[in-house]
Amino acid sequence: MGAPARSRAISLELNGEQIEMEVPARRLLVHFIRDDLGLTGTHIGCDTGNCGACTVHLDGAPVKSCMMLAVQADGAKIGTVEGLAGDGELTVLQQAFNAHHALQCGYCTPGMLMSAAALLERNPHPTEDEVRYALQGNICRCTGYVNIVEAVVAAGGGGA
Amino acid sequence: MLLREVEYARPATVEEAITLLGSYDGARPLAGGQTIVNVMKARAAAPDVLVDLGDLEDLRSIGFSSDGLLEIGAMVTYAQLVASSEVEVARPILAEVAATIADVQVRNRGTVGGNVCVSDPTNHLPPLLMALDATFTIRGASGERTVPAGEFFIGVYMTAVGEGELLTKIGVPPSSGAGDGFAGLTIGKHGTYIVNAAATISTDEARIALGCVGATPVRATAMEESLAGSDFSEESVRAAADGLGVSLDPPSDVHGSADFRRHLAEVSAVRAVLQAAMRRKGA
Repeated sequence: MGAPARSRAISLELNGEQIEMEVPARRLLVHFIRDDLGLTGTHIGCDTGNCGACTVHLDGAPVKSCMMLAVQADGAKIGTVEGLAGDGELTVLQQAFNAHHALQCGYCTPGMLMSAAALLERNPHPTEDEVRYALQGNICRCTGYVNIVEAVVAAGGGGA
Repeated sequence: MLLREVEYARPATVEEAITLLGSYDGARPLAGGQTIVNVMKARAAAPDVLVDLGDLEDLRSIGFSSDGLLEIGAMVTYAQLVASSEVEVARPILAEVAATIADVQVRNRGTVGGNVCVSDPTNHLPPLLMALDATFTIRGASGERTVPAGEFFIGVYMTAVGEGELLTKIGVPPSSGAGDGFAGLTIGKHGTYIVNAAATISTDEARIALGCVGATPVRATAMEESLAGSDFSEESVRAAADGLGVSLDPPSDVHGSADFRRHLAEVSAVRAVLQAAMRRKGA
């Protein structure tokens, strides 16, 4: 049985790349991603689990990386916003955000994209109501959400 | 936010988890972390050792016991409840309520066991599980015991789960024709409850439990008794709720005065009972 320790060697897959690192037990996943791995696309908005700016994919499911310890991600597959356009070409969803002017300051955008991408993975043609339900955990203080919802619906082909 | 230094262990079995929890002072179980991580950020609590239950697959299943009880493992997430065919068949209210807890991300991590063991008076599941007459199985070094909801919830942030013990599963009787309802007022859609009420109406019994009006869920026993033999018309349910508010001693805070909560308790109980009555078999 592993005795309790202040750090742990973890092994995880991040955006398809295998990562092995010793991390302190108290390190939040979002700090691990931003500070240890240098992937600053994942934002810290509220740091209280309300705003969703830190949303990443944990084994495909959207979760808030400020409410999880990095050691809890040992053995998991993590996806961040940097992994969306892996080959450099923006995804249909990202292009829809651009076309529909779905951001102003852009701070919430990585979280919005990750929540929306997870929705589209599970439900490729969501309706407006389904999009709003899926984005409930992501707060935007600029847009009033209308253009964000339009962009996600459009990325899904219009909710057909 | 930087957390205080903490030790971490990730046991592979329930037995190991119980041994760890019993061997270290200040050890706390870590389930989905959707409460405790924020509590640690705020330094409102500072466990010395976190025992991560993430690898305990035994606690992640939903199934039926040999006598037909719906058994929900303590590490089952809200998202699992929402998607479960067993829950849909046996007690769909659990999925219906779980689908309104917080948001997608929290539902993907937050667990049933965490929700009840935190015993926050504003949580969704404690009053619901009390109305459903659920039982709670607690395992410790000396064995296993099962307690009803009335004995499980002891106070704010306090349950019957003692030091060195772990909640392993929750048993919920299948509805067997009973109707279930849940109603209340939240701060914003799917936000924290100001008051909520859960009700179960079967042919021979009404069970009503209120949340956010005391340290633990409160049974509305007088209302239950006056509903015996009721026709469950809106008029008779309202009459049965009369006097419920004054029997309570709810807290006052920025979201509502004690009097407003007394009023909301009656309104919520009426709505939950009417919904439950409409859904019962033969209604």
